Amino acid sequence: MSLPTPHIAHLTEDDYEHVYEPAEDSFILLDALEADADDLRRSKPTICVEIGSGSGIASTFLSSLLEPNDSLIISTDINRYACEATIKTASANDTTLNPILCNLLDPLLPRLKGEIDVLLFNPPYVPTEIHELEDTQASRDIGGAWAGGEAGMVVTKMILDQLPHLLSPGGRFYLVAVAQNKPKFIAEELLRRGLRVERRAGRELLYVLRIVAT
Amino acid sequence: MVRLITHNMLACHVKNCTKDNFPLAFSDVELVIRPAPENLEFINRFLPKLDWKALVDTARSLGDTTLPETMPESMTEDQLRALHHVLMEMHVEEGNMTCRGCGHVYPISNGIPNMLLAEHEVGR
Repeated sequence: MSLPTPHIAHLTEDDYEHVYEPAEDSFILLDALEADADDLRRSKPTICVEIGSGSGIASTFLSSLLEPNDSLIISTDINRYACEATIKTASANDTTLNPILCNLLDPLLPRLKGEIDVLLFNPPYVPTEIHELEDTQASRDIGGAWAGGEAGMVVTKMILDQLPHLLSPGGRFYLVAVAQNKPKFIAEELLRRGLRVERRAGRELLYVLRIVAT
Repeated sequence: MVRLITHNMLACHVKNCTKDNFPLAFSDVELVIRPAPENLEFINRFLPKLDWKALVDTARSLGDTTLPETMPESMTEDQLRALHHVLMEMHVEEGNMTCRGCGHVYPISNGIPNMLLAEHEVGR
């Protein structure tokens, strides 16, 4: 079985001035979802959330992988251009997404505590100086898509810390990481907190970790 | 496209705003109805996730009075249809969402709700 990659030809050079252009890290996230497609369909996720949807390619792919209108898929991004690109990508692929301009999951936390069945995050994972992360997040533009602070883990760590309170029982989190993020260490940490972690896709230095709440 | 299903998941997150921070009140709304294919099994599965009172009050504030005051113990097909319409087909494209607790206004433009806060307003 092979699912088509979402159409993104509507996004132009101008869009990619402000929005992260799908690249290898985006595509390995799609690969990981595709490898789990049967499982994901069978588990009938009711609420799915992508943090930092960027072009919208992963949210759109998840939406077309599931039955039509069978799930609420919410896509957050701190960058308005990304929210707009997400709407465009959804409609170019005949689906409907629900973009929210916000930081991580901030406005959703009280209501979605323990309710997220599928969570996706391709975070800013590149190790940088901390001020570069702070500046890029504050500017709410494309730089926020990669600058990850110490070990590229500052933003990812915020989500990992909350993770046991976010996922529903059996809920899954697909996280993109690179070798510098020390994915083995991430996995050991999470295991201690009762979450199952497996490497699902990726070559060489790129990883997708699938983390499952028990 | 702020659909009511999404609105039912959004709360004010201004620092120290914990009372009446949900649901956000719509005003100056441009509402668009877009037919969506029915999947009543999904609507039924979504019931336990809903804050019913918030949904009914919000739908009524936008002029839709089809939902009963309290959630029926078991929904008829007609009730599920009405709920499908309210959750999936009512899109707020422009307008404001105001916190009833602290008064913070979250604007919606081009279908995108702006839930960003300035640094000094952020809790955590």
